[in-house]
Amino acid sequence: MMFKLGALIMHPASKYALLALALLFPALAANEYQVYVMATAFIWAIAVYGFNVITGYCGQLNLAHGGFFAIGAYAVALLTADYGWNFWPAFIGALVITAVLGFLVGAVSLRLKEHYFAIFTLCVGFIIYLLLDKWEELTHGAIGVRGIAAPDGFGLVNFRETIPVYYLILFFLVFIIWFTSRIQKSLLGRTFIAIRNGDDLAESLGINLMKNKILAFVISTTYAGLAGALYAGMIRFVGPEDGNILHTFNMITYLLVGGIGTLFGPLIGTLGIVWITQSLQFLEEYRMIIFGPLLVILVIFFPLGVSGSFLTWMHRKAQALGLGPKKVQQESKVNTAREVENNA
Amino acid sequence: MLQLKNVDVHYGSFKALNNINMTVDTGGLVVLLGANGAGKSTLFNAISGLIKPSAGNIEFEDKILNGMRPSAVVSAGVVQCAEGRQLFPQMSVHDNLMLGAYVHRKDKEGNRKRLNEVLELFPILEEKAHQPAGSLSGGQQQMVAIGRAMMSRPRLLMLDEPSLGLAPLVVKQMFETIQQINSLGTTVLLAEQNAFAALKIATHAYVMENGQLVMDGDRETMLGNEEVRKAYIGA
Repeated sequence: MMFKLGALIMHPASKYALLALALLFPALAANEYQVYVMATAFIWAIAVYGFNVITGYCGQLNLAHGGFFAIGAYAVALLTADYGWNFWPAFIGALVITAVLGFLVGAVSLRLKEHYFAIFTLCVGFIIYLLLDKWEELTHGAIGVRGIAAPDGFGLVNFRETIPVYYLILFFLVFIIWFTSRIQKSLLGRTFIAIRNGDDLAESLGINLMKNKILAFVISTTYAGLAGALYAGMIRFVGPEDGNILHTFNMITYLLVGGIGTLFGPLIGTLGIVWITQSLQFLEEYRMIIFGPLLVILVIFFPLGVSGSFLTWMHRKAQALGLGPKKVQQESKVNTAREVENNA
Repeated sequence: MLQLKNVDVHYGSFKALNNINMTVDTGGLVVLLGANGAGKSTLFNAISGLIKPSAGNIEFEDKILNGMRPSAVVSAGVVQCAEGRQLFPQMSVHDNLMLGAYVHRKDKEGNRKRLNEVLELFPILEEKAHQPAGSLSGGQQQMVAIGRAMMSRPRLLMLDEPSLGLAPLVVKQMFETIQQINSLGTTVLLAEQNAFAALKIATHAYVMENGQLVMDGDRETMLGNEEVRKAYIGA
């Protein structure tokens, strides 16, 4: 019964059902605030997809990820508010800036390995935060940046309104999921996974470690920049707190809960935690008393996260039932855990 | 084809390899015998570029391998199949094999041809192509590991203890396959503790103890050597 339900979830048509649900969400939501919360969750999900590329697939714990989100947001904010650019040129500018800075930071930091790399990037993240807070001539300091241009609409579509901007962000989220699935299925994705499994092993296959690690880093920072740019266009105010290192730790939590190194983990983790947090708002600061232990239990009993644990369970169940990959695929369109993840 | 001249390797102050001189001729199947900790894997890692020698030269077909990146060593035609198989357990057998062709990734037609050759060597892998490599038996995983190394189209294939942890019948098949790979034109350098099985297919053998090569000779010489028989064959 449970296996059949799992097979149904993993059916290729499920992703279209999920997309239909996302498209209908503004009509199903009780009020506009819920649409706003969902749009914000989508933005964070895009950033977490980036975090998943460098940390989940490539195995490099980049603790500056939240900083690159803030750089993307500030790039749009400053280019539109201070330099009078329209949103879309500023948006492209934000992607270029985060990609270039990602390349520069990656080229230096990826010479370090494991926890040394993590500590280095933690410092980079903190430096970004300090720059946003203290470099008043450029960033406006603690007062932040107001008057950010909203995404330019077309015809009757006005992205200053919540529902149109929700669909705009949904479009980018779907694009990012599609793009990530293309990476995951490609030789590049397998190269990242090979690096995650061990530098020596990857090198002994002829993989150029530095080149591929930097590429993963740049892809991840560009995702973060894209998320930050959309955030600035939607909220239309940015401040130094958007670069707070805590955002990176939130993203780690989203990824761990959803399933690190899986295609749908970032989405499940981000949406799950954002909505659980929302539903516990009435507890104010005390919600962490419930939320904290829940997280600990999840990480102890489901270290692969929701998506990873589910895929592993399905794969084991398929093996126990003697269903080879082809047979499972025929009977329930279920493939091996990894292949299903790739197909999704 | 491969020549090591006075090669030393240090781990900090510890000298792991001491004045290694070794030659592997084109088309040969050279066996490196030695107990655990003798330095066989260190020697392989030094040839592969994973460890930098502190002294000496490693030459492969007139190229100096010292200081080369491991990926460049693979591109030069020297490929290591490391001890313990080291597959990507979550990836399918097919994806594992194709990662071996990384240095030839642009030559799709060549890779397809090579994949067919590898599947001819290990027909069972065709059936298992879509299974996660981690779900295979030890022997099948070793086939994937060797197959993956073969996908890199090596001219010199270095196999580090391929029989480790395998059932006797599988070990026999494994050595037959290694001999077949060699007879098809790939030079093989094989590190083994299973001395009798390895020497039976070897053209030349070296014995390594405490980071030094202490003896070498052709198959008959080594099989007939009393010390080798006592220390490694147990007869």
